[in-house]
Amino acid sequence: MDFQNNTGPETASEEEIFVPSDDVREHLVVVGNGMAGCRAIEELLARDAGRYRVTIFGAEPYVNYNRIMLSPVLAGEKSFDDIIINSREWYSENNIELIAGDPVTGIDRTAKTVTSQSGRTVGYDKLLIATGSDPFIIPVPGKDLPGVISFRDMKDVDTMLEAANGGGSAVVIGGGLLGLEAAHGLTLRGMKVTVIHLMDTLMERQLDEAAGWLLKTALEGRGQTILTGANTAEIYGDGKVEGVRLKDGSEIPASLVVMAVGIRPSTALAREAGLDVNRGIKVDDHMVTSDPDVLAVGECVEHDGNVYGLVAPLWDMCRSLADGLTDQHTGYKGSVTSTKLKVAGLDVFSAGDFSGGEGCEDIVLRDASRGVYKRVVVKDDKVIGAVLYGDTADGGWYFDLLKRGEDVGEIRDLLIFGQAFASGGGALDPKAAVAALSDDAEICGCNGVSKGQVVACIEAGNCSLDAVRGSCKASASCGSCTGLVENLLAVVLGDDVQSGPKTMCKCTSFGHDDVRREIVAQNMRSIPEVMQKLHWSTPDGCSSCRPALNYYLLCALPGEYQDDQQSRFVNERMHANIQKDGTYSVVPRMWGGLTNPRELRAIADVVEKYDAPMVKVTGGQRLDIFGIKKEDLPAVWADLNAAGMVSGHAYGKSLRTVKTCVGSEWCRFGTQDSTGLGVKTERMTWGSWMPHKFKIAVSGCPRNCAEATIKDFGVVCVDSGYELHVGGNGGIHVRATDLLCKVSTEQEALDYCAAFTQLYREEARYLERTAPWIERVGVEYVKQRIVEDDAGREALRARFLYSQSFSQDDPWAERAAGANAELHQHLDPIAIAAE
Amino acid sequence: MTDWIDIGTLADIPQRGARTVRIAGEKEIAVFRTGDDKVFALVNECPHKKGPLSQGIVHGHSVACPLHNWNIALKTGEAQGADEGCTPTIAVKEEGGRILIARPTEMKAAA
Ligand SMILES: Cc1cc2nc3c(=O)[nH]c(=O)nc-3n(C[C@H](O)[C@H](O)[C@H](O)COP(=O)(O)OP(=O)(O)OC[C@H]3O[C@@H](n4cnc5c(N)ncnc54)[C@H](O)[C@@H]3O)c2cc1C
Ligand code: SF4
Ligand code: FES
Repeated sequence: MDFQNNTGPETASEEEIFVPSDDVREHLVVVGNGMAGCRAIEELLARDAGRYRVTIFGAEPYVNYNRIMLSPVLAGEKSFDDIIINSREWYSENNIELIAGDPVTGIDRTAKTVTSQSGRTVGYDKLLIATGSDPFIIPVPGKDLPGVISFRDMKDVDTMLEAANGGGSAVVIGGGLLGLEAAHGLTLRGMKVTVIHLMDTLMERQLDEAAGWLLKTALEGRGQTILTGANTAEIYGDGKVEGVRLKDGSEIPASLVVMAVGIRPSTALAREAGLDVNRGIKVDDHMVTSDPDVLAVGECVEHDGNVYGLVAPLWDMCRSLADGLTDQHTGYKGSVTSTKLKVAGLDVFSAGDFSGGEGCEDIVLRDASRGVYKRVVVKDDKVIGAVLYGDTADGGWYFDLLKRGEDVGEIRDLLIFGQAFASGGGALDPKAAVAALSDDAEICGCNGVSKGQVVACIEAGNCSLDAVRGSCKASASCGSCTGLVENLLAVVLGDDVQSGPKTMCKCTSFGHDDVRREIVAQNMRSIPEVMQKLHWSTPDGCSSCRPALNYYLLCALPGEYQDDQQSRFVNERMHANIQKDGTYSVVPRMWGGLTNPRELRAIADVVEKYDAPMVKVTGGQRLDIFGIKKEDLPAVWADLNAAGMVSGHAYGKSLRTVKTCVGSEWCRFGTQDSTGLGVKTERMTWGSWMPHKFKIAVSGCPRNCAEATIKDFGVVCVDSGYELHVGGNGGIHVRATDLLCKVSTEQEALDYCAAFTQLYREEARYLERTAPWIERVGVEYVKQRIVEDDAGREALRARFLYSQSFSQDDPWAERAAGANAELHQHLDPIAIAAE
Repeated sequence: MTDWIDIGTLADIPQRGARTVRIAGEKEIAVFRTGDDKVFALVNECPHKKGPLSQGIVHGHSVACPLHNWNIALKTGEAQGADEGCTPTIAVKEEGGRILIARPTEMKAAA
């Protein structure tokens, strides 16, 4: 046996990449570890990985992250880790030296060196400036007070989060894209937010008045105060921000002021180095500045009189730059940009020029009740601008028409109704819609991936969403383009997309049904045996096939198969629900939803004794005790067992709960004893392992208070007996049950329930709930097996009960009695002598 | 100079499983034993949202995080596939049938 001596930890500030001095390659030094700087290097590596030795200076103490995604971080939808574009490993794998947290302070073009704040001087052969933008700070009194920040980098987000922790009020100066995103994030974080905007229309550069008004109304509806036509006079406060005073004299108290009034290309460094700088650093079509050895890319540059403040153009620039650096010659020709407001729930899109003017015609659609506004500006039968509010589905299409300069004369009448109508009526097949996009249409805005690139990536053999994400990064960030990527997969691969016989996972070429069949046919008895006989391609499977195989064997060989703990998902291994902080929650079984003082007391005692921070009534009428540490689980179970309670299996792919209403015992409408039948059903089915979670409910009359028609198995009592329902699901895709049949006695209801459960256990694929299973096989098939085939039903029922005779042991009791105690304990460290 | 700490024997860890160890003042460490009896040690925090990796399903030389199923390479701590992030690793070795881990000195995650 040999042990791995793995390497020690890494930190961002540590410099562990030592580039040997005998590296004779040309040295490319990058100033700016942001979106453009790193992307340029990625493009370069893709063309000629070995050509340059690369050093990157970054002012921020981080690896390269996705600045666009700062808004979701602020809003709490993502963590910093989620938005990292290139991790430490990327730098080391590509031998790139990263000097983070140390801004470059000077460039000496004669000596060809750069010098950083910490005094480091590094020589270059080629220099790339990618310093991005500086936020514009309006020169009002109080602008330097603590608590006044911009919205540009991770540090700003941290400041905002800290301020939001204290609640209170915030003022956002600037009602543009960035300001509104900041306002949205701060609102979600619980602050009272006022947006101050100088113009009369929000996002006036992107939206026209009508759309701006709709936006303002929507934001006000979310609790923000929007002051348009408002001019900031002063930020006041004693030692720190206390509020903002407007020119009209009114005051808005605030503990945080975010200035988001615009950005300016960060050009100071270039200017001091004597490079040609206008609004931005002037570059040619290959992003070369006035010095042939100095290049510049990103928001800091000016190309052909234009500066850009969005990522899409940067990707184009980075491609031309990398082409230039590797002696290919496809120059940058400038970009047309579009804007999408990504503030959750508000759909705003704008592209091109819609300021109007000679020869421009507006086509407008307003649908006030739906809150939809669309405006397309046409000149000489070409789309030159578009503003969409409320329904932005066609944004990509208009943008594509605009960029291609397509003649829209023929479809003019239908243009405003969107692609579906304009291309010939009816709802357009989404696949045809992506197929119709041009190759350079942008698919993934976060990562700047065009349709052509996605298609190339798929054609290179990435035939699944995951493979595409891993390879060209499309849909790997915010995910809003996932649907487009999936459609592209379908377009490119036709029916081959992940279809064919769908395999269980990447470890095998067999599908679920084949594996199940083979297990029975060849009488296989263990996971290693299945893997051996069916030629698994991995040594011990993966986290998707192992739990499935474990279940299939357990179902096929009740009482015989030795369960494999390590192939169980944590919840089933620990007999409790893992929660997001790594603690567990525990749900004791309450038969049919009934309880009594003794059980309630035991639960209350456990909550107090183990300091559980929360107890909650679950959707299935049980009590869930939250925040139990893994060490305490056995003791908690012991205490609950002592009061007669057993595991509720709330954690498992298993029978969870039987929900009931009060039925004939108390309810004035009840026709049958639904509670009693619920208890009997639960006594029969508890402890059974299933392909997925399984829920039952029994209602006492057609008023259906127990919601039996959205359960895997539901009983609705009626005067003449019991209606049995199957295949309901109250989850993401709500599905009402199909009626299986009607029976007249309780015993029949129980028998049918057992038979149905067993059919599902034996024939559904692992992780397939009853709803998709029934949709796949058809309810007629299920009826045939359960209702029409008496002998078959009886056999299924018998197999279920036989299997239950082995599975109705309380897993908690075993653990409480000391089984597998080590799973709940830490190893014991013994310090020994240093080496 | 490495400070080694004895944390027990191979048999203390189930095959394709993990056990945790706490060293005063440090983050919890997960010590894994794979199907081929190799041993690895990582900080018990997924690079995604700090899921307890010790509770994941171990397959090959990877572990699937129990919270959102990211796959983490045991040797490097790196997230696999399209996911990005890295969990710090801790040196581990076997001597005279005992498992020894290096006293962690620095366990800051990247960035
Ligand atoms: C909150 C937010 C949301 C956004 N949302 C979108 C959006 O939805 N869509 C969109 O297209 N665009 C969006 N943008 C704009 C987008 O982020 C920028 O267009 C893009 O980041 C510009 O890339 P860049 O590399 O030129 O600059 P940056 O990404 O800003 O990178 C410049 C880097 O250089 C560093 N630097 C500066 N000076 C020095 C120095 N002297 N030495 C060393 N390093 C230095 C900076 O610290 C910075 O890390 C958003 C921006 C923000 C701030
Ligand atoms: S379903 Fe019928 S019997 Fe049950 S509680 Fe509702 S009204 Fe009463
Ligand atoms: S915390 Fe590990 S995958 Fe999310």
